[in-house]
Amino acid sequence: MTVSEQGLVVPDSGKLTLPQYAKPQVGNHPPLDFPGYKSTALRHPTQPLVLLPQRLTEVTGPLLGNDLITMRDADLTTQHGGEPQGQRIIVFGQVRDSGGRPIPDTLVEIWQTNAAGRYRHSREHHPAPLDPNFDGVGRAITDQGGRYRFITIQPGSYPWGNHYNAWRPAHIHFSLFGRAFTQRLVTQMYFPGDPLLAYDPIYQSVPDEKARERMVAEFSMDDTQPEWALAYRFDIVLRGAAASVFEEPHA
Amino acid sequence: MSELLTPSQTVGPYFSMRLPWPEGPFVVPEGTPGAVTIIGRLYDGAGNVIPDGLIETWQADPDGRFAHPDDPRGPVPAGYKAFRGFARAQTELDGSFRIVTLKPGSLPFGDGRDEAPHIDVSVFSRGMLDRSVTRIYFPDEVASNAADPVLATVPADRRSTLIAVPVSDGLLRFDIYMQGDKETVFFNM
Repeated sequence: MTVSEQGLVVPDSGKLTLPQYAKPQVGNHPPLDFPGYKSTALRHPTQPLVLLPQRLTEVTGPLLGNDLITMRDADLTTQHGGEPQGQRIIVFGQVRDSGGRPIPDTLVEIWQTNAAGRYRHSREHHPAPLDPNFDGVGRAITDQGGRYRFITIQPGSYPWGNHYNAWRPAHIHFSLFGRAFTQRLVTQMYFPGDPLLAYDPIYQSVPDEKARERMVAEFSMDDTQPEWALAYRFDIVLRGAAASVFEEPHA
Repeated sequence: MSELLTPSQTVGPYFSMRLPWPEGPFVVPEGTPGAVTIIGRLYDGAGNVIPDGLIETWQADPDGRFAHPDDPRGPVPAGYKAFRGFARAQTELDGSFRIVTLKPGSLPFGDGRDEAPHIDVSVFSRGMLDRSVTRIYFPDEVASNAADPVLATVPADRRSTLIAVPVSDGLLRFDIYMQGDKETVFFNM
């Protein structure tokens, strides 16, 4: 047994030594079939999932990034000639694995509504105004400490058709790759104290309360910039080393 | 003690604001010698197409290598410079998607056996709280598929859902059914 460059324990497995990623704990991720979120009904597998061993294709993954983005991609408030409407915020955090190791050089993609709760999207018909100075899309690459930082606008809440008087809590969509196909994650960042969280089936679909709270950013007065912008910290934890799998069996 | 993971959430109906990009569906540029085009449609459990889905693929190059530090076989020779291994395609209003790639090579499984050429696939859409993972295998690899250690663990009567269908020279079809009689085999890792 050896330890790879990024600290993952790699077992000897024939001719190949590959990192292995821990399985999520029960209740950490939402079920694919969740009746409270109606659109899951026809879009979840009904047959048992088959175990896919983590071999070469699963422990590698696309290392995307620097050719895709420019500096201005991380500042959603300066992508047009004028300033967007709404509360300016800084959203920052660290991408790391469940063993606490930072994940550097990984692409972070975000999309969100404007301050009025309106997405810039052709299939969106919520009667709230578009903002000519706000697209609501951003990209960043994590630094050597796994850190990223966006400047954006506080998104709004908006109604959706899931049930009577359904409103999504304000959120920012996040897409992450990590360094392996196994680590791929799409999630949503929510805001602390949002009264709609209690009513939102998408947020509530995560069974484990502590895991759910991982999706709620933390307001940071320390990082809030005087006379300029509020700051929210959103750390993102991807799957890490499966350490226990390789413990010696008890005699 | 390991930390809880950040939970998965649906990609929602509006990901196309950000995630697709013009070269996304192209693992290699169109017109690359030997390129294979894979087309397909994504279907829900009522047999309707899913017009707001996202398909991502990840695969080895034709020599069965990955330009990635965790491939323990070392750096990849510079033979496939334009090859990025990754594709991202959104489904259209008719549920269709299309990627252009090179057929991957076989891979060592690590125990003396080989994995048949395959492409790992992630499926995302509104109504999916987490991605679904499947694999594309190739119809001209009958012997390799029969010896593949992953296909061997799939119920025999469902293996065909993982094997692309030849359409014409250089064109394959891989439809994805979330549910129903033809439900595609999905994996957990």
